[in-house]
Amino acid sequence: MHDTVKVLIYILIAIVVTNGIRVLPITLIRKPIKNKFIQSFLYYVPYVTLAVMTFPAIMEATQSPIAGLVALLLGIVAAYFGLGLFPVSIICCVAVFIIELFV
Amino acid sequence: MSNNKDNGAFLKGMRDGLPIGLGYFAVSFSLGIIAKKGGLTPVMGFFSSLFVRASAGEYAIYTLIAALGTYWEAVVISLIANARYLLMNAALSQKFNPKTGIIKRLLVGVCCTDEIFGISIAWPGYLKPGYTFGATAVAGPMWALGTALGIVAGGALPTRAVSALSVALYGMFLAIIVPPSKKDKAVAVAVIASFTLSYIFSIAPVVKEISSGTRTIILTIIIAAVAAVIKPHTTPENGGGADA
Repeated sequence: MHDTVKVLIYILIAIVVTNGIRVLPITLIRKPIKNKFIQSFLYYVPYVTLAVMTFPAIMEATQSPIAGLVALLLGIVAAYFGLGLFPVSIICCVAVFIIELFV
Repeated sequence: MSNNKDNGAFLKGMRDGLPIGLGYFAVSFSLGIIAKKGGLTPVMGFFSSLFVRASAGEYAIYTLIAALGTYWEAVVISLIANARYLLMNAALSQKFNPKTGIIKRLLVGVCCTDEIFGISIAWPGYLKPGYTFGATAVAGPMWALGTALGIVAGGALPTRAVSALSVALYGMFLAIIVPPSKKDKAVAVAVIASFTLSYIFSIAPVVKEISSGTRTIILTIIIAAVAAVIKPHTTPENGGGADA
């Protein structure tokens, strides 16, 4: 069937391009970077990226934006007091579930 | 190939991969509903998700298939939606022990998703590749399974449940960015700036038209660069990244 072949080609493109992007920097950068600016830049990258992806996206993911906002604040507090990945996630999910019962 | 030292890391990775997998499940389930519109069968959805493992990238590609876009558009949209992995893996390249072989490095690179990257960069000192592999071994199949089930079951899950589950991933992000913010004030300021600018970019005229994937890239480069200039951070001898 022609359509199935077409869909498979799209999927193949996504697989090749996505994983190509992933391995490229690792192939190019094999030694510790000495440059102070690049070292500092890469130190901040993970936190900045994750923060940018979290807000305001968390308010758009839920049906009520307020539920997402409360989940964000509770998640920050829980993580601040040292709770791990799973407990923080559960707290956020439960918060949204409860709040959306009322709004 | 794995030695004894790596086995512990692999198991720890599997443990940390479980909550990620649970969070994935909700997201990839909703992704499956979109994939179905593109004409993907559950088997196709499973393997496509297993090998791509990129929420924004897959969302873009399934939408494109449904809209009958061209192959070139598929290439460009995959590049844009996933360009943040260039930055993430550049950061990850500094987490390796100089003795870590190229094959293991490349495999870690392939495993990189937002969440797997997040926990890998948080590993204290040099990254043990086994940790990343363990997390992917658990979370990857759950991501794939969620997509397949989404294609099969469509809208069977109540909206309320989907809504609650959809914040699981963000909860994980918070658990990754908050502890280092507590330790390093510069990180805290960078995180607050990221929240603020990201919000402004989502509502301000003109810039709000930028897709969320591109927004992530632009803001990451700007904010991380400014932070690096104002408050340079050089890592001591054992590993780069988050173990400040």
